[in-house]
Amino acid sequence: MAKVLMKGNEAIGAAAINAGCRYFFGYPITPQNELPEYMSRELPKVGGVFVQAESEVAAINMVYGAAGSGVRVMTSSSSPGIALKQEGISYIAGAELPAVIVNIVRGGPGLGSIQPSQSDYNQSTRGGGDGDYHLLVYAPANIQEMVDLLQDAFDKADYYRNPVMVMGDGMIGQMMEPVEFKERPEVDLPAKDWAATGTEGKRAPNVINSLFLKPEELEDHNIRLTEKYDIMKNNEQRWETYNMEKPEIICVAYGTTARIVKSAIDTLKGEGIEIGLIRPITVWPFPEKAFVELPESAKMFLSVEMSMGQMIDDIKIVNQGRLPVEFYGRSGGMIPSPDGVVGKIRALLGGAK
Amino acid sequence: MNKGEIMLNDRRIRIIIGHYGSGKTEFSVNYALKLAEMGFKVALSDLDIVNPYFRSREKAAFLEGKGIRVISSSLGHNFSLDLPAISSEIVGPIQDPDSQVILDVGGNSVGAKVLAKFYEEIIDKEYDMLCVVNTNRAETQTVEGIMYHVRAIEAVSQLKVTGLINNTHLLRETTLETVLEAQEIIKEASQKLSIPIKYISTIESVAKMLPEGLEGEIFPITMYMRDVWM
Repeated sequence: MAKVLMKGNEAIGAAAINAGCRYFFGYPITPQNELPEYMSRELPKVGGVFVQAESEVAAINMVYGAAGSGVRVMTSSSSPGIALKQEGISYIAGAELPAVIVNIVRGGPGLGSIQPSQSDYNQSTRGGGDGDYHLLVYAPANIQEMVDLLQDAFDKADYYRNPVMVMGDGMIGQMMEPVEFKERPEVDLPAKDWAATGTEGKRAPNVINSLFLKPEELEDHNIRLTEKYDIMKNNEQRWETYNMEKPEIICVAYGTTARIVKSAIDTLKGEGIEIGLIRPITVWPFPEKAFVELPESAKMFLSVEMSMGQMIDDIKIVNQGRLPVEFYGRSGGMIPSPDGVVGKIRALLGGAK
Repeated sequence: MNKGEIMLNDRRIRIIIGHYGSGKTEFSVNYALKLAEMGFKVALSDLDIVNPYFRSREKAAFLEGKGIRVISSSLGHNFSLDLPAISSEIVGPIQDPDSQVILDVGGNSVGAKVLAKFYEEIIDKEYDMLCVVNTNRAETQTVEGIMYHVRAIEAVSQLKVTGLINNTHLLRETTLETVLEAQEIIKEASQKLSIPIKYISTIESVAKMLPEGLEGEIFPITMYMRDVWM
């Protein structure tokens, strides 16, 4: 299929429908409004249902209900709206249901701003809701990758029976890029024999629930969930590396920030300064496998973020004390510039301050 | 005629409309810069009350440095709240016969609604309303899609579209074929609507390759709204 030019938010909608999503429940918030707008227009054309709920809390609980019946369902919001959905997300994880949650991140804390940010790193990787659970979290860096990961998100959600988050900063939602919707092979997924679809009197009812009244049962449930998360940690790490042959500094950046860093790396390469990049594509699980073997030339890590250093902890965990971890970031809706990153790297290398 | 002089045939008030993401803002910014280079007194009014990002006001400092007056929200250029707070200053250049005015309007008929507010100011003056078309956008891929958008925008603004702009692109992936294939579709829409194609706007590298004899003045543009890393 030929490439079309799409705004990120529209492309997410188109990719979700392509992936078989037929149910969307949401509540408007900038900078992701084009997505529910797209779904409200397009879902009825394919026999789907769009509901603008009365709140984010209502929307995520509608997702919970729909997911319990085994259909492909999605919701989307932006940072403070995702914060409101955390209770429902925890319930969905607890009840082991597949659902896709899109977060187009804006500046925080609180109402913050409508400008792009990456300050929901902790919210999405640490579990904003209660209990021992995790989300698989994808952080695409461009719209094509966003489209491709959306399909994966639905497949992985079904495979693991766990909510999957796709997290893009506001820029990814608002920017335009050429995209192609590729034909993909069908993924072999287990039958949804757990779904609450009516027994017709032929079997015992399936129960969708996250409440366990006996402590030993809840502990068993948590042990089972943790085993599942360990499998996800082992099998689902994704990352990209860039210019990692003999870097003096290894930058770590995800989403659009990684593109800004690449631009800075190219500039410095022109001057004979070698800087590398590890770009997490999954931020949970964090791609620790990318950090096992490090080039001997590397003197330090530099975390570059559109937040105040939320990813530093994860880098320190996988670094295991080998190299210093430095930080450069902008926040509040300010976007790091390639020149800003170059300046920070020069300062770290002892050049012009 | 030198490149750009065709712009002098356009009427003093240029209203730039089109589908979301058609490239209205990039065209408006390039157009304003060219007029300013020719020594005109230019006002660029950002009337986009739909999009929160990638609006011409983001380049206000740069444009003001080139002598262009930029008008946007009454709350300031960098006030990032999606409130339809348009500065009443917009009326000034519209009334000033010495000002060349570019109104950069938000996308679709939704974005064009704001024009109704200024209808009384515009209707008795010389204006051109130019519709920017990118046939790589889903809703304006066909002749029917383009016609629907032109009519919807005319209906809400109560103003007439006087020219089409073939601004079909895939950003840095734009090729000669991208523009030429679109030209055929837009030409058919132009004939059915009885609205001429006024410009073919495209990046310099493609503009150089365009053959002669196409309808519409070739208008090479620079991507000011897109940062180098994008």
